[in-house]
Amino acid sequence: MSSAHTKTEHGHADHNYLNHGSGIWSWMTTLDHKRIGLMYFATVATLFLIGGFFALGIRLHLAKFGAEPLLDPDTYNKFMTFHGAIMVFMVIIPGIPAFLGNFVLPIQLGAKDVAFPRLNLASYYIFIAGALIAASSMIFNQVDTGWTFYTPYSTAKTSNGVILLVLGAFTMGFSSILTGLNFIVTTHKLRAPGMTMDRIPLMIWALYSTSIIQILATPILAITLLLIGAEKTLGVGIFDPDLGGDPVLFQHFFWFYSHPAVYIMILPAMGVISELITAFSKKTIFGYRAIAYSSVAIAAVSFLVWGHHMFVSGQSTLAGIVFSIITMFVGVPTAIKLFNWISTMYRGTVTFEAPMLFALGFMFLFTIGGLTGVFLASTGMDVHFHDTYFVVAHFHYVMVGGTLMALMGGIYYWFPKMFGRMTSDLGGRISWVLIFTGFNVTFFPQFVLGAMGMPRRYFDYLPEYTNLNQISTVGSWLIGLGFLVGLITIIHGIFKGEKASDNPWGAKTLEWQTSSPPPHENFTTTPTVTAGPYDFR
Amino acid sequence: MSWSSLIPATSFMPIQATEIAKEVDLLYAFLIISSLVSFVILIGGMTWFLIKFKRTSLDQKSAYITHNNFAEFLWSFIPLVIMMGIFYWGMVIFEKLRTPPEDIAAEIHVTAEQWAWTYRYANGKEFYSSANDPMIVPAGKATKLILTSKDVIHSFYVPAFRTKQDAVPGKLTQLWFEPKQAGEYIVFCTEYCGTKHSGMMIKIKAIPSEEYAAWYHAEKKGADSPADLGKTLFAQKACASCHSIDGARIVGPTMKGLFGSSRKFADGSQAKADENYLRESILVSSAKIVEGYPPAMPVFQGQLSDEDVANLIEYIKSIK
Repeated sequence: MSSAHTKTEHGHADHNYLNHGSGIWSWMTTLDHKRIGLMYFATVATLFLIGGFFALGIRLHLAKFGAEPLLDPDTYNKFMTFHGAIMVFMVIIPGIPAFLGNFVLPIQLGAKDVAFPRLNLASYYIFIAGALIAASSMIFNQVDTGWTFYTPYSTAKTSNGVILLVLGAFTMGFSSILTGLNFIVTTHKLRAPGMTMDRIPLMIWALYSTSIIQILATPILAITLLLIGAEKTLGVGIFDPDLGGDPVLFQHFFWFYSHPAVYIMILPAMGVISELITAFSKKTIFGYRAIAYSSVAIAAVSFLVWGHHMFVSGQSTLAGIVFSIITMFVGVPTAIKLFNWISTMYRGTVTFEAPMLFALGFMFLFTIGGLTGVFLASTGMDVHFHDTYFVVAHFHYVMVGGTLMALMGGIYYWFPKMFGRMTSDLGGRISWVLIFTGFNVTFFPQFVLGAMGMPRRYFDYLPEYTNLNQISTVGSWLIGLGFLVGLITIIHGIFKGEKASDNPWGAKTLEWQTSSPPPHENFTTTPTVTAGPYDFR
Repeated sequence: MSWSSLIPATSFMPIQATEIAKEVDLLYAFLIISSLVSFVILIGGMTWFLIKFKRTSLDQKSAYITHNNFAEFLWSFIPLVIMMGIFYWGMVIFEKLRTPPEDIAAEIHVTAEQWAWTYRYANGKEFYSSANDPMIVPAGKATKLILTSKDVIHSFYVPAFRTKQDAVPGKLTQLWFEPKQAGEYIVFCTEYCGTKHSGMMIKIKAIPSEEYAAWYHAEKKGADSPADLGKTLFAQKACASCHSIDGARIVGPTMKGLFGSSRKFADGSQAKADENYLRESILVSSAKIVEGYPPAMPVFQGQLSDEDVANLIEYIKSIK
């Protein structure tokens, strides 16, 4: 909404949420959603570095540059497990909602904070507790099951470290549920005067849909993980065939959460992209309702497609067919979003600062990820590709290329609001070039490897797969370098960045109508909203 | 198919050793082409707009366009139609992959374990697999595998046949293929199964069917075939006191012609009597009670080994 429509005044430039209290204790006990968001940022970034270390280790091993393998099989399997578990449960799932969502959601709604600030802080500490419990499995009884913990391998054939890792994921699940709850209540109850549901920014629609999934699906994961613990310690025999259980039942439970979880990862990314595309095209988003409702549609359909992970598990042919057709439906709202974003650029005035480059990178990678998803949704095709590198390439394009591109774009975009300073645009562009190039060099060859038949989670492989694996490894170094440049750019921005104005991008949503950084309670005067969120006239 | 070979991407696929592999590759070629077209429309369109509508001066104004119902309908409806087509095409192939033909020339029980496969032929020939002891099958004829696992889940994947099936402990799954020509084909395990997951590789060697017949009957390992062993077990466990083998109705349903027949159950549901049904009925008969019979059979779970069950199934199959 343009400033003519909103009545906000800037707080004193020298008094903001960053200096509202001082000392480490004021941060650790803060109830301010912006500070909690930044605490998630620091935590998730640290975990990302650890998960990235394992990724680079895996790739370096698979390049087979030396005569001797870099890792032994058991260590490799542990690297693969920790890479997956950390990146999924501790980086990509909480990344955008808990970090960017926490920072942005209340300001975009014109609220002083989330509905339950104490619960918000508790969610953060629950997340930390979960991460520590999970990380302790790196020290005691390392886990080698892969992040999916398939039974009976996880229950009958491997170390008890699994219990720690699943307990950690279980605990982090509570954080996820409580954050989701907080966001839903905040969205319904704390919108500024005049902000009807069809005037909330698309970032909020995305976070709102995500929150619904978090609340409904995460308990299923929690129960499933508890059952693994019970199976391992008490031998209850739900999944273990030796005790009369059904190992495939675990997969049903697991994917009933973990498939919707894919959308917990990607929907917030789509929200970020919607904000970036409109801001850097200086044009009203095309098809606001279509984008908003397609988020809700994706959330709804996401619950009905879990069986597409199990086309070759021994479930009935009919079940495979039903899951295949429902999976195809997800493609429609996804295509709608892509078309809407592209149409937003039509007759706009587009600029190419670093956040926009990441948004465009997202579109590129997500399109490839989405199209290859259709290959896998098709039953007859999936039988060949299932559990090969084609799948690895596909979900990295979607989850990593998509979500991390959006996360990086979102960081550069909201950075001036967070810290009152700008990041170096050159630094942002260099990190973008490296990450974008690196992703394609790393993961595109994996589509080919998958078509050639190379299975995933392989410590060793046939000689004909060597060249492509080596190219992929070189790409992974580019990604690593890109994130390193990104990190330097961000740290440099925090301490040495140019002072940012209140609205450096000329965006229209409410967070840009308050000062940079915002005061403790976001606005000195409650804003009144009189128009839609992207009114570039 | 000739036009699909125009797509370089299909050349990354393994050799097409079965008819189905050709069909899969045709769908693959279609998906590659339609993806390329979609990619060009989306990303090409995006790039064109980026160049054409790049901001050139500070006071430039964007157009004010909020939506366009007709365009939005088109770009929802067209992808839906295309995706339904792809769904249907995939389903047709999937059903072929999953439905073995009537005339099976070789039937092999395959048991996976960490980290090897054991295969057992109908006449009792048995192999504990390794890379230099390939699974011998007839070329040009259909082979059916009945898969299970001793410990964790494994998966039997033959890239050249474009087919794959998990081997699940406590369950029988099946897979079939018909290699067009003699040759050796690699089998991978594709369900992560621990330390030597990537080392769990064997080969399928398809040989001309006359050669196969000679090999199959030569130097028979072990005295009895699984069906013979099953017959002995059938007598030992006194199965015949409730199940006739000549079609007579006694306490339980007859075994005559049971395999492959359609069963109607007390709860009104129906199923075809396949290996998995027999296995379940032997171990826990109460799972599915045939209509018109009492739920009288004892539970054999824990009393019979996987091998015993496989032998019994082979015997029951032989009672035609």
